[in-house]
Amino acid sequence: MAKKIKRTSIPIFLILLFGSLAMIFPFVWMFLSAFKTVPDVYAYPPRWLPSSWEFANYVKVFQMIPFGRYYFNSIFTSTVQTALQLVLSVTAAYALVVLEFPGKKFLYSLIRSTMFVPIVVTLIPLYLMVSKAKMIDTYAGIILPQVFAAFTIFLLVSFFSTIPSVLFDSAKLDGCGYYRILKEVVIPNSKSPISTAMLFSFLGHWKSYTWPLIVTNKATYRTLPIGMKYLVQESSSEYQIMMAASVMAILPVLIVYLFFEKQLVKSITLTGLKA
Amino acid sequence: MKENKSVLRIHRVTILGKRYESAQVQAAVVLLLPTLVAIILLFIAPVVQVVAYSFTNYNLTTGMKSYNGLANYEYLFTDDRFFKAIRNTFSFAALKLVIDTSLALAIALMLDSAIPLKKYLRSAYFAPVVVPVVASSLIWIWFFDPGIGPFNQILTALGLPTSQWLYHESTALLSILMFSIWKGLGYNVVLFLAGLQNIPNSYIEAAQVDGAKPHQVLFMIKLPLLRPIISFVLMIGIINTFKVFAEVNVMTPKGGPLYSTALMVNYIYDTAFTSGKMGRACSASIILFIIIFVLTLVQTKLDARKSISLE
Repeated sequence: MAKKIKRTSIPIFLILLFGSLAMIFPFVWMFLSAFKTVPDVYAYPPRWLPSSWEFANYVKVFQMIPFGRYYFNSIFTSTVQTALQLVLSVTAAYALVVLEFPGKKFLYSLIRSTMFVPIVVTLIPLYLMVSKAKMIDTYAGIILPQVFAAFTIFLLVSFFSTIPSVLFDSAKLDGCGYYRILKEVVIPNSKSPISTAMLFSFLGHWKSYTWPLIVTNKATYRTLPIGMKYLVQESSSEYQIMMAASVMAILPVLIVYLFFEKQLVKSITLTGLKA
Repeated sequence: MKENKSVLRIHRVTILGKRYESAQVQAAVVLLLPTLVAIILLFIAPVVQVVAYSFTNYNLTTGMKSYNGLANYEYLFTDDRFFKAIRNTFSFAALKLVIDTSLALAIALMLDSAIPLKKYLRSAYFAPVVVPVVASSLIWIWFFDPGIGPFNQILTALGLPTSQWLYHESTALLSILMFSIWKGLGYNVVLFLAGLQNIPNSYIEAAQVDGAKPHQVLFMIKLPLLRPIISFVLMIGIINTFKVFAEVNVMTPKGGPLYSTALMVNYIYDTAFTSGKMGRACSASIILFIIIFVLTLVQTKLDARKSISLE
């Protein structure tokens, strides 16, 4: 640290440090408590550290609920949703940035306007539509209504617009068609924005709650967040087991976050999109 | 020459009085068709249907589905639970916006000074934003446990009165608010921080050379320049708080003690998926949509007026 720290900054630092401990306290509590035994949980005064490191809680999660199945469902649906959403977003963003066609402005504002329609407004008709199509309790029913998101389109539009148009022109002069420009110029030059969009949409689908909740009745198709909601009801205050489940749901996300924090924060500040 | 040839080969079409290259139009149709289909199926059709259903007595359990005019809306305006949900939503949103925005602004201003461990601090404030709502709700359900929750244990250890948290009418929604602020604070901190870092240092240095005190720099330079971001945060905040559902549904599945935590989305969810009254739920979601829309509009109008008076 080459910067000199002013004396007036010390109280500010202490306030922030204290606040930051409050912010991470729930995670620390979760990680420690996932190893606690039942007496630890009921102990007073509260025991911060588990008396013995109990891995049995993790095993119990799998015994109490089909946690492995929920995990698989979440990974599978989030992956497919992310893939479809990216195909839709990359093609749409490319067309909006590079191509000239009638109705472009209209389409742009149409996509924008979808951002102002909260999911609760379309929820009931979508549910009835999916139920008429006999897609309740199917992967298709979970996945298909969630493949479109304006935010990834706009994220990619803002990045594609920064590709110098010289690249497009020279590709055209070399005889590239518009599909080949997408494949050979735009995509190879946008690996980092596309992976950012991928990250965002995966994290979004991973925590998606409302839609999977209403479209699944059978436990077989529940995703992780829905399964964990039912775990609260079924485990009746066996908090150490709830914490073990939470660790398994949160840990992958926290690891991804620590690796990609810079990208995530940058994209949020660029577009104001929701993590 | 090769280059000239490919330029010559361009086919053009005239659509609505403008010339387009036909290859571009064709590619655009192919590339945008999936998006257009998705918008029609996932937004336009449902929005039309939600309006149409709101004038019917569509009921999943009885199978009825006939036109009943404004009966749903009339019912909602006399339904105590609906009004309770609206009141809850407004107080939740108001408290959350005020606390969240001012706290985040204060933290961002402090983070924007020369302090050690800046990176760690920012990550710590932002971490709750990225974790899934349900998994983190589970931790807080324990925190709020009146018997073996850390909150009450700490209060007892300090000799302070304990609380029933999620299990009492007067504190249930406030408890969820606490969770919600913890969960969302970092998002606004990051936005404000980016705004502050965009303010050119020369502005602040110039003011300091002119003898401006720290509070003058804050109120005359930093805050006015942050205005667009503050108004953006408020707009997103309004929309997002009116959409809150998951944490309430997980922490208090039945709407809490005496329906005290039910927000509008929870009311809509209960009406549609617990009682099967699809028509009525559609009317309620249209009312919610109108409220969000009007609030956003008011916010943008107020904002436009203020920025004009500044100039």
